[in-house]
Amino acid sequence: MTDTAWGVLSNRAVTAAGVFYFVAFLATLVEWSALRKVPVVGASAAGGASAAVDSAAATATQSAGGGVGAATLTQARPQDQNSTEASGEISDRVAMMGRLGFLLTLLGLGAHGLALLGRGMAADPHRVPWGNMYEFTLSGTFFVTLTYCVTRTRMKLSFLAPVVLGFVLSTLMAAVIWLYAPVAPLTEALNSPWLVIHVVSAVIATGAFTIGGMTSVLYLLKERYGNGRGYLGRLPDLRSLDLISYRMHAFGFPVWTFAVLITGPIWAHQAWSRYWNWDPKEVWAFITWVVYAAYLHARATAGWKGRAAAYVALVGMATLWFNFIGVNFFASNSMHSYAAPAPRAAVVVASGPSSVDLSAD
Amino acid sequence: MSEQPGPSTRAGELRPLEFLRWTWRQLTSMRTALVLLLLLALAAVPGSVVPQDGMNSMASSRWRDAHPQLTPIFERLQLFSVYDSVWFSAIYLLLVISLVGCILPRLRVYWRAARAQPPAAPRNLDRLPTSCGWQSAEPAEAVLARAEAALKARRFRVVRRDDAVCAERGYLREAGNLLFHLALLVVLAGVAVGSLWGYQGGAIILVKGGFTNEVTQYDDFAPGSLFDDSRLDPFWFKIRSFDVEWIKSGQGQGMARKFVSHLTYGRSLQDKGTSYDLKVNHPLSIGDTDVFLIGHGYAPVITVTDGDGQVISSEPAIFLPEDKTFLSYGVVKVPDASPTQIGLEGFFYPTYLKVDGDPINVRGDLTNPTLSLLAYTGDLGMDEGKPQSVYVLDKTKLTRLMKPDGKMFRVDLQLGQSIDLPDGAGSVRFDGVERWNKVQISSTPGKDVALGGMVAALIGLIGSLFVRPRRVWVRAVDAPGGSTVTMAVLDRSGNGDPEAELDLLSAQLHTDEGNTEVGHTGDGPETGGPETDWRETGESEKGDSND
Repeated sequence: MTDTAWGVLSNRAVTAAGVFYFVAFLATLVEWSALRKVPVVGASAAGGASAAVDSAAATATQSAGGGVGAATLTQARPQDQNSTEASGEISDRVAMMGRLGFLLTLLGLGAHGLALLGRGMAADPHRVPWGNMYEFTLSGTFFVTLTYCVTRTRMKLSFLAPVVLGFVLSTLMAAVIWLYAPVAPLTEALNSPWLVIHVVSAVIATGAFTIGGMTSVLYLLKERYGNGRGYLGRLPDLRSLDLISYRMHAFGFPVWTFAVLITGPIWAHQAWSRYWNWDPKEVWAFITWVVYAAYLHARATAGWKGRAAAYVALVGMATLWFNFIGVNFFASNSMHSYAAPAPRAAVVVASGPSSVDLSAD
Repeated sequence: MSEQPGPSTRAGELRPLEFLRWTWRQLTSMRTALVLLLLLALAAVPGSVVPQDGMNSMASSRWRDAHPQLTPIFERLQLFSVYDSVWFSAIYLLLVISLVGCILPRLRVYWRAARAQPPAAPRNLDRLPTSCGWQSAEPAEAVLARAEAALKARRFRVVRRDDAVCAERGYLREAGNLLFHLALLVVLAGVAVGSLWGYQGGAIILVKGGFTNEVTQYDDFAPGSLFDDSRLDPFWFKIRSFDVEWIKSGQGQGMARKFVSHLTYGRSLQDKGTSYDLKVNHPLSIGDTDVFLIGHGYAPVITVTDGDGQVISSEPAIFLPEDKTFLSYGVVKVPDASPTQIGLEGFFYPTYLKVDGDPINVRGDLTNPTLSLLAYTGDLGMDEGKPQSVYVLDKTKLTRLMKPDGKMFRVDLQLGQSIDLPDGAGSVRFDGVERWNKVQISSTPGKDVALGGMVAALIGLIGSLFVRPRRVWVRAVDAPGGSTVTMAVLDRSGNGDPEAELDLLSAQLHTDEGNTEVGHTGDGPETGGPETDWRETGESEKGDSND
């Protein structure tokens, strides 16, 4: 395949991924809206709730592989015969939609991965697909979905499907519309093995933090409005949401530390001669690190759980995504600005030879 | 403060020592540390908004020019050097003090705790948030023995006290936590050493030119406050040649890549020299010092003949690239020209093209090198002894040369051409183009210390996040037909999953029995009812404060 063919393939794969995610999103919406007919029992039922199970619903639960719908259905009143029958029917539909949604998400993820591969193969010479903001965003969203898919079963995250899909879908759209850049070789400063290590770790941490941020948002919403029979009412109880948030952050933080405070400085030292430059991207990565450190610190020592911790997590997510995308637009003098080159007017001022960095393009 | 205030103090008043102690407690409290952390994050923000002197002096001076009213206020607030400012330093120094004040007592506590035996079982295990109980057909002794073995196999520290087995594990969490905090201090020390004794300098060197590591050879030099010149390694290097590849077509057309600067360097003046290919991301390390290739550009050779017909200046003039296409800006000063000094200022186009009457530069490689300069005569202002940037023409006492008919005059030259200046001021010839490299030279002692500290911090962090300290107690009391077993798990991290631990262990104790089924064995009076298995799970107790 020629480079151009790979480039075209990548673009088509992004479209395909978008379509898959969109249909998956629809499927999860159907799944959740079907559930509205089913009463929620003991939405606030304490911690280890779930054991008592109506057998029909139980099979549905298993076949859905821990699907949301079925899992929540298990809380339906078993003594109400009619409702049980009805909910058996609904549970089948819900479980099927849940499965369908997940399957489509996996297909979307595959297409998404193919799009990344295509970006890398389309470049001459072949390279990792981390050359500009379009590719970073493509990778960031890929890892958000990947983190979700990998942890879905183990951490019972199926309830996150609409949120993850909505987020990934809109970020992908933004990337295609505003950030798209034609395939180009890596700029010289990026041409280093550290690119792989640094960016992969940063992006993995971004995925985990983002999922943790989502559950924090859900925590806050559920805490405030979660008594209905809608989506919020059927989420896992507050304590589980809190714990999922914590685990995601606890996983993301060491990875982020590795990316930002170990591999970043090593690479910066090699490419820019200083291991820490207070470049805007570095500043914001540092701010993000400090905020998440405060999050974990508050949980560990001050006993902040639940709402207070969730707010700190949201601040963290805001700084994280601002750093990921925002900094590149608002700080044009960042050495990390791999967005489209800002056309610089031929200003006739030069107080020193500091404008000649190879990396500043 | 439990002490009785002395008769000389009013109520609520603190004596100096008490006040000190109060301040120390406040400072080293967890809440303060948390507030300081968030403050640090907040304080770092302005540095990413306002251009910083130390990072991008050009941008910051441009910003100052554009905001004459805000500049004095910002300068007073030290917003152009946020990370060296008093207030930023104050926050992180307070944080360091808070850190030390928090760690020292914890080290002592940990030293004792790490060697202590697991604590005795509470009297009523079933009152703990995560607990269970059942009737066993075996005697208490057998159950306890097996519990002990099972817990030991799961690497608990186990001790037997009367009718209960007490176990604890996860001591490394606190160790990791302490390691993390101590390692952060090491990182700070490493960074401090680097910024006090290190230095950073840049030099623009013509290809085929050389450099000796002396302060005078640098264009800009930023030493740490404890740096002295004797710390400069006595190395030298020469740039033999410089290669760059221009992408002529396809992806990234016009981009330059594969910059290689072929050097010969020596570690001392006597050294014969070794060759080295200096590239981006591939610095040259000589002793404690690193040499980086960070930029390149063109230096047109411009020959100026003055009004008296003498060749005054014929040197490569360094032009600084303005954009990706290497459209470059530069200045030529000819102070020795007579009858009047001459100054030239303008652009160099590596690949010149005229589109709709406008000059543009297409690419960075030398396809159609062209100069377009404005010429000035008068006083260059170099005799006053004031240091002047070689890249800026001080035009206060200069007049721009115009054509005799009053129209604009420009020195537009292609390679090899020459032009006479108006008013008999002289002539200018464009003789050739050379190249230059910008190298950055820095010595950052302590960088390995900082890196090692950060790695240790990461290891400690992983320990403090993923080791889950927990205590397990199993109590068995002989009862008719066997024994009554109660068991509890206490999660001490506050984020663990004690139920899972409880399930696992109780299952282990159950299945090994072989003869006794859960919940079907005893119908002893104390449990009552056919289901003898009870369990309780709920909001686990708030994790012990680690401080």
